[in-house]
Amino acid sequence: PPAHSHNDWIGPPDKHSNLRPVIFYVPPEESPLERRLREARQEAQACNQRFWARHNCAFRQEKEEFIYSRLKAKGLEMRDETGQKATLNAEEMADFYKDFLSKNFRKHMQYNRDWYKRNFTITFLMGQVALARALRWLRWKKKNVE
Amino acid sequence: GLFVWRLKGAGTRHIPCHFGHLCRAADDRLITFQYFNFLRRMYVTQYNKDLSQRAKPKSDPVASPFPELQQLDREKKVIHKMSPVSPVHQPWPETSGRTELRGVKSPAETEASATAARAEPREDRQWKEMKLRLDELPGILARLSKIKLTALVVSTASAGFAMAPVPFDLPCFLLASLGTGLASCAANSINQFFEVPFDSNMNRTKNRPLVRGQISPLLAVCFAASCGVPGIALLTLGVNPLTGALGAFNIFLYTCCYTPMKRMSIANTWVGAVVGAIPPVMGWTAATGSLDAGALLLGGILYSWQFPHFNALSWGLREDYSRGGYCMMSVTHPGLCRRVALRHCLALIGLSVVAPVLGVTTWTFPVISLPINLYISYLGFRFYRDADRSSSRKLFFCSLWHLPMLLLVMFTCKKSVLDKEDKGDLLAKGESHGRAMEIRLP
Repeated sequence: PPAHSHNDWIGPPDKHSNLRPVIFYVPPEESPLERRLREARQEAQACNQRFWARHNCAFRQEKEEFIYSRLKAKGLEMRDETGQKATLNAEEMADFYKDFLSKNFRKHMQYNRDWYKRNFTITFLMGQVALARALRWLRWKKKNVE
Repeated sequence: GLFVWRLKGAGTRHIPCHFGHLCRAADDRLITFQYFNFLRRMYVTQYNKDLSQRAKPKSDPVASPFPELQQLDREKKVIHKMSPVSPVHQPWPETSGRTELRGVKSPAETEASATAARAEPREDRQWKEMKLRLDELPGILARLSKIKLTALVVSTASAGFAMAPVPFDLPCFLLASLGTGLASCAANSINQFFEVPFDSNMNRTKNRPLVRGQISPLLAVCFAASCGVPGIALLTLGVNPLTGALGAFNIFLYTCCYTPMKRMSIANTWVGAVVGAIPPVMGWTAATGSLDAGALLLGGILYSWQFPHFNALSWGLREDYSRGGYCMMSVTHPGLCRRVALRHCLALIGLSVVAPVLGVTTWTFPVISLPINLYISYLGFRFYRDADRSSSRKLFFCSLWHLPMLLLVMFTCKKSVLDKEDKGDLLAKGESHGRAMEIRLP
């Protein structure tokens, strides 16, 4: 993002977490409230990134292992004669999906609670910052008029 | 600064996760797998494009995996773009918005496609300034409120209004439709506000405004409030308090019960079905001012319809749900999923028979609707027995045209309002209704 920009910038989705990273603009006279907001957003972003990157990698990894073990049980190799990668159909994968979901249930519960809390806090702080800025602008306007 | 570099580094170095080396090794093998997946998806996309051109009245904001028609236009354009693209690259082969049966985009694919994508300048792969552009605002708000889905919700409410056995009152109808539309916008916006990280991880929903940072969460909430409050007020004051209460309750049910429940328990599907059933009930109460058996019947029909529709759709989205942490029947209780779909297809037949009994329609309705109801039940049975992708898709597509057709037939078989015996009653009702309207609207 260019140096002169006064806004946050958002980037393409991350390869692992599928979340879009944000670069936050730090204004020269950042009020404590604004700093709290920015830090909350940065923390939330980092937390989300960590969670999803790890989660998606684990999913990919476990899926591979599952496919491998199932193919082995069937007596097949990962690649058949023509060199194509052997795959399992959707019904066979269903067991894996069910398993994975139940294994990670508690993790998701924890994450949900966390996310909802953060989301509300950040939005509330945004509201406060917006209000503060509006009041500041009104005061400035009044001063200019006089 | 530091944060950015760390991310960028992660991108090129490949992985901040433990299973990095395994992921990388798996890549090559996965690429051929993805190629076949992609070819399959290409076929499905073209196929679906033709089938999904018609917009159908669909009642609801049941689930985030719900086909969002707002994707339809964008994806149509994307489908055309797909041919010049290299095979390994999987841009957005999100089949047209109606179905995301192939909506699976495993992370490994992202990697394979990301490497191919770097060569291609995609607008989406660039860094964007997070500034709100006023000229983009209408489009953003339309996507935030899932405007097309809202339109379908409003049309089911209109169906409820039309089926009510009272003389048609245009101002009331318009107010009810507007109020319902606003309430639906509010509910959808809050839903998107809650689900940002989950939406980013699912193929079908990753282009939503909040996910892409086109609008701030604060603005989304303000928009929701500025739609919801006037909407409910309009319903309560301009139509009647019962409709207003139903509208408010529906918003609550959708945002505070259904949305969190999606990640907690499979019971969310039943809650979502109620959410979808309420708009026609609202339409009916807007017209008559009371909760009659007819209203409940109409709600019941929509409630039952949700199950074959959603269960068939969710059958193809199991991978995304599993990875995203959504508790859906298709993942955790597949047998139940199919049983429930079949059960409710049959229930539709039963409800169609109840309609004339309650005096909502004439007896021609169950007769005429029997073929389509039998057909969807047949597909439901096939889905139950075969439990595979093709039967789930057939059932889903059938549900898309089944509902509008059923509602249309219902309307044409509506019991005439001017039945001689009831004429006196209805006139009186119409008058008092009109008078009530005059009092409210000076």
